[in-house]
Amino acid sequence: MKISFPHMGTSPIAFKMLVRDLGHEVVVPPRPSTRTLSLGTEYAPEFACLPLKILLGTYLEVLEQGADTIVTTGGVGPCRAGLYAELQKKILEDLGYEFKMVVLEPPRWGYLDFLRKLRFLKGDRSWSELWRVIKKAWSKVKALDDTEKALHWVRPRELEQGSSTRTYQRALKLLDDACTEEEIKQARLEALRMMKSVPMDPDREVLKVGIVGEIYVVLEPASNLDLERMLGEMGVEVNRSIFLTGWTRDNAVLDSARVKHGVTVKKAAAPYMPEMIGGHGQDSVGHTILYAQDGFDGVVQLAPFTCIPEIVARSLMPQVSRDYDIPVLTFFLDEQTGEAGVRTRLEAFVDLLWRRRRKRAGAGLYKPVASPAAR
Amino acid sequence: MAVKVGIPRTLSYYTYHPMWKTFLEELGAEVVVSNWTTREILDQGVKEAVSEACVPIKLFHGHVMDLLGKVDLLFIPRLVSTRGRKVFCPKFLGLPDMVRYSIENLPPLIDVRVDLRNGRRELWRVCCRVAEYFGGGFLRTLRAYLKSLKALARFERLLRSGLTAPEAIKAWGRGMDASDVISTGRGKQCKPDLRFAVLGYPYEIYDPFVSVDLVGKLRELGVEVVTSEMLAPEVLRRQSARLGKELFWMYSDEALKAAYHFFEYGGVDGIIHVTAFGCGPDSMVDKMMELEAKRCRQIPFMSLMIDEHTGDAGVRTRLEAFVDMVRRHERSLPGGGGPN
Repeated sequence: MKISFPHMGTSPIAFKMLVRDLGHEVVVPPRPSTRTLSLGTEYAPEFACLPLKILLGTYLEVLEQGADTIVTTGGVGPCRAGLYAELQKKILEDLGYEFKMVVLEPPRWGYLDFLRKLRFLKGDRSWSELWRVIKKAWSKVKALDDTEKALHWVRPRELEQGSSTRTYQRALKLLDDACTEEEIKQARLEALRMMKSVPMDPDREVLKVGIVGEIYVVLEPASNLDLERMLGEMGVEVNRSIFLTGWTRDNAVLDSARVKHGVTVKKAAAPYMPEMIGGHGQDSVGHTILYAQDGFDGVVQLAPFTCIPEIVARSLMPQVSRDYDIPVLTFFLDEQTGEAGVRTRLEAFVDLLWRRRRKRAGAGLYKPVASPAAR
Repeated sequence: MAVKVGIPRTLSYYTYHPMWKTFLEELGAEVVVSNWTTREILDQGVKEAVSEACVPIKLFHGHVMDLLGKVDLLFIPRLVSTRGRKVFCPKFLGLPDMVRYSIENLPPLIDVRVDLRNGRRELWRVCCRVAEYFGGGFLRTLRAYLKSLKALARFERLLRSGLTAPEAIKAWGRGMDASDVISTGRGKQCKPDLRFAVLGYPYEIYDPFVSVDLVGKLRELGVEVVTSEMLAPEVLRRQSARLGKELFWMYSDEALKAAYHFFEYGGVDGIIHVTAFGCGPDSMVDKMMELEAKRCRQIPFMSLMIDEHTGDAGVRTRLEAFVDMVRRHERSLPGGGGPN
């Protein structure tokens, strides 16, 4: 079996190891490129959202490379993402590809179905072995996320532009090579040490911007034109509301917010959006409020063009922004989005944030916040 | 003086209006429906709504604007789920929020949450919450509730007998039968020799402005129109097995199942899918219909996208071309045609 899966941020490094540990061959999905997107755009419906197009392009690329099984996730709606796999399978089959698509639905939708798919994927490994390799992959995902968080802290403070990004690539390589639980642990420490040793000015005054939005375009730099890097190099420390390691860890990051304000993201969003509308619409609103309460300078909302939940969130944002006095910049990303346009808007936004901070500092409103990584 | 309650003439209007109108009037309210869509209403909506929204949502904002100043309360229930496990599009789920934060000087909203997945008595509980706005007592609410259920049943019967939603609402209001409408209400038209399925959402197909009177145009061309609302629910349910994973959204699910039904059993000479610019769920529905149409080549399929700039001439030309093509296709069939 030659297994492949979607490309989302740094996660392929961990999933690659997981698939190999299960004794299958792996076709590592390439980082989405212009070609990926053109392929996806050609065969996907015009008004499908960007992630569907990128994933379809990725699948076409990995099938070209000989993958015969694609593992992906489903969903319960009402966001369209829950039906991606269904539609992509139909499109690919219509194009004449023969392959197997394993769609992991949330277990609460059907335990038997979930277990059957796991049994198929685990091949001839035992269940305890499966558990062990999943746990190991999870450690790796956590290590990857920790390294990325360190990068977010270091990048705006680096002395030579681009040095932290280069170090980060080396750190990823290190994590990629780690195979056992112990090696991952060591690699994580080494990666964090490398990030901290990038020449930087820890006392530099930086802006703090939270990133909210739809999970795929937030996590996959190729889909948001490396927006985090652009911001970082403009002297902005970004704080991402979503990491693959999910809620448990997110909450740890926003720990101070939770303890201080005693609310969850959903509760924070409730006055504006009481209904779970699927996707990350409600989270975008909730996180924006929490960021505001945490003294962030601004929020960037990332959404794929035609994304239904984010459109609803977007229409409430002006009110949230007024009520909590926090600037919000929304990007609707599609295959036409160009880097120069994004950069220009970001530069204007950053200018605005600096001016706002100076004004507030003059009025005694601004209180510096400690970064999680600095503590 | 009676409390004036405004209902925008779009979205769920075409599915549930007789029921809500009956219920609200029984409670002593005066129901004010916004005008039929006009260029001004649509322009207002485009101005007020968030620019990335789809046309129907923008239009809804326009209809709300049309009601401003004319009513004391706005009836915008948060429709979550009304049939089986299916839910409405996320934009319906966030509709009261979008309207509240996009339009200024709104009258109070009746934004009760309608989620009938919560059990058989949920609709009654929803009605009780609506009745609270009017201070209706228990008996009065119960009577209004029963009457509104009857109104809905009669309205749905009218739809099943081949009326479009606006025709059915008119017939329901005047106490007419379906046959009366068909014989008198439709004006001059030649005897239809073709039968098309027009699939899409009720608020796109039946809004004469947005769809540029698609149904009327087809009838003028001698085409009888069938929509998914005219099919019995059992007919649609039979198609469940053929869909791998069902769509989450009620209207989309019905449109897609209706398409599958017609592709499987025939009975129509052509299928037209009406979709709105920027509609999220439709991007999936349309592709799935297209793929199915590729497998069943004997029934011609066309998808027609409408947006805020759709012009009369453009749609007419495409419809005429499609009808011509279907007629030629019929003649080329062995036996010289007739519904397959």
